Amino acid sequence: MSGARFGRLTDAPATLLIAGVRAIDPASESDAARDLAIHAGRFVDPAALPAGAERIDGRDLVAAPGLFDLHAHLREPGTDGAETVASGTRAAARGGFTTVCAMPNTDPPLDRPERISAVLASAVDAACRVRVIAAATRDRAGGAPVNVGGLAGLAIGVSDDGAAVPASALAALSTALAMHGLPLVEHAEDPELAAGGVMREGPVASRLGLAGWPATSELAVVERDLVAAERSGMPLHLTHLSTAASLDAVRRARERGVRVTCDVTPHHLALTDAWVAGSRSFAWEAGDLDAGLAYDGRCRVNPPLATREDALALLAGVADGTVDAIATDHAPHPPQRKLVPFAEAAPGLIGLETALSIGLAAVEAGLVPLVRLIDALSAAPAAVAGETRSLTTGAVADLVLFEPAARWRVEAGSLASSSANTPLIGRELPGVVRLTVADGRVTYRS
Amino acid sequence: MIAAAPARTWRHRHLLDVEGLERAEIERICDLAIEMREARASRSARSLLEAETVGLAFYEGSTRTRVSFELAAKALGATVVDLHVGGSSVGKGESLVDTLRTLERTGVTTLVLRHSASGAPHLAARATGLRIVNAGDGTHAHPTQALLDALTLREALGSLDRATLAIVGDVARSRVARSNIHAATTLGARVVVAGPPAWVRGYEGWPEVTVAPTLAEALVDADAVMTLRMQLERAPLDGEPALADYVREWRLDEARMRLAKPGAPILHPGPTNEGVELTAELANGPRSLIGRQVENGVPVRMAVLALLAGAA
Repeated sequence: MSGARFGRLTDAPATLLIAGVRAIDPASESDAARDLAIHAGRFVDPAALPAGAERIDGRDLVAAPGLFDLHAHLREPGTDGAETVASGTRAAARGGFTTVCAMPNTDPPLDRPERISAVLASAVDAACRVRVIAAATRDRAGGAPVNVGGLAGLAIGVSDDGAAVPASALAALSTALAMHGLPLVEHAEDPELAAGGVMREGPVASRLGLAGWPATSELAVVERDLVAAERSGMPLHLTHLSTAASLDAVRRARERGVRVTCDVTPHHLALTDAWVAGSRSFAWEAGDLDAGLAYDGRCRVNPPLATREDALALLAGVADGTVDAIATDHAPHPPQRKLVPFAEAAPGLIGLETALSIGLAAVEAGLVPLVRLIDALSAAPAAVAGETRSLTTGAVADLVLFEPAARWRVEAGSLASSSANTPLIGRELPGVVRLTVADGRVTYRS
Repeated sequence: MIAAAPARTWRHRHLLDVEGLERAEIERICDLAIEMREARASRSARSLLEAETVGLAFYEGSTRTRVSFELAAKALGATVVDLHVGGSSVGKGESLVDTLRTLERTGVTTLVLRHSASGAPHLAARATGLRIVNAGDGTHAHPTQALLDALTLREALGSLDRATLAIVGDVARSRVARSNIHAATTLGARVVVAGPPAWVRGYEGWPEVTVAPTLAEALVDADAVMTLRMQLERAPLDGEPALADYVREWRLDEARMRLAKPGAPILHPGPTNEGVELTAELANGPRSLIGRQVENGVPVRMAVLALLAGAA
């Protein structure tokens, strides 16, 4: 396979045989070498494949259910052209994703059925399935809650991502979400505690002379929401958790029977606050920092990059299942919003094309078992959204086929995303996606 | 007469902060500054930077630092251009990087940059081909101030090895303090910081610094004391004291200075708030090195510019 090619969900379904591949299927708890066959949009018995099917040699490859991203910013409608549904879904396909959940902080925000329907309609022929997480408040303005009942069937949850749901709206929202069984997908940040912070509070921030953002900002909202979930019965999903303390709060709540799920981003697992000071070592690596790389605006993100201790705790949380899912929080920004002094940089990194590779780097370092990683990137996030993904015969054919031992270099010119705002540019990562199949259509091939 | 450039070349393209300098490099800057002082008087350094165009981009107000850099560059024979940020395209919304890239295209070779954002010089160094001299970035660093302070202290004490330097005041938001901590500890000194709790926040995490809970404990047996300007123009922090409370608890005066070693000098980066950080008697008295600091500014900056340009 030479040269990357993208497909669409509206293409003709493929007929493929992937022979002798290591197939990891969290839904059936299986990890074994087998033949996988795809036809007419589903996984079929290989013996039942029509003649003339394309045959792919699965040696050295791993097959997994198509990856499912609970948190991505596709920047459509409106905003500054840093991404579109078309480019964002191609980035997703290149990263092995067959579903992305689009956050509603668009212009205008996705807070009502007609706006959500418009985005879903524009994604019908995309390179990846698109689900929508609707805004939690009207116009995402932090005031009155949206009409939750009207979102049924259109949105998989609600969020004011970029901000937490305001306390004033929480009670009404909790009741409505519990009634309709839709999750609150919470960006846990207390703006008063975070005030002015541009990176994680701590020794690195102090040495760099940058305003620090305390860990308590996240914990305060996590605790608040856990109480609200316990009282109302609403499904709660905490997105991009970045501290060990937040995970401990989740564990304690689960012991009390609270229904809560959570995700972490690849950049909170692998990068650390030391990256703002010029480090380019993953949390589990040793290495010197290069002061010449300090204050890179591409390292600015909300919540901020975690301390090494927290990153390792988050990795342990993925390994032991406390963290249900890995979600990218793919946040494209144009260069003029990143090539500025650190405190002026827009927060966020792209992540769809590097998520699997960062996960595989953690697997190589012995921190997360491969099967758990696959689950955290596919079946588990799908379950949060009320969907299933599996490789079982008869299931819808959503698949990623990747070569774990191959390596690739992150280069701005070859990214499918319209933006290149990641400090991983120039870095070599493990794991090359060879094929992505969504709804039985080949959406990416390399 | 400036000696011919030594065989060992200066290995830093920029001067972004003091933290990356080795002890021998700081000593070299101080030694060269002493030579530059003489060379300036005898006008014998006037050809060292004649191939250079030095741009001054001061996004934050300054008198002594800006004038000091301009005089230093001119004493070395450089062409000097002041960006005059207020009257430039910056008002039209041109970004820092675009402005600096434009300057680079006009022929500026070395840029002296002061900016209110920590890390602005690091961005400038990455995003342009200019040689960058950090004249103060946010609360992060003010390398040439610390270098002239190091020279001043070295002249007063002979050596900073095993000396105790006390830094008092709004240490948390002081780029002068941060750079002095790096310079002094690299030269072998021990640094103690003291101030109202909000103003020493974060230093408990610095292994090379001791945080003293009171002014008295910071001053005991100090070999030198530096007090910092109360930055009335910055946004107030939670828990910071009112002016009268600061003066009562933290202002340096004769009585408090008796706790320090006899003859321990006092430094202040200037401009002083009259009667706030230290009494007028101390500021104008025999302990004060404030005037000497200012005098050392031009020679130290001449040394820095010459070393970066490979002319010394």
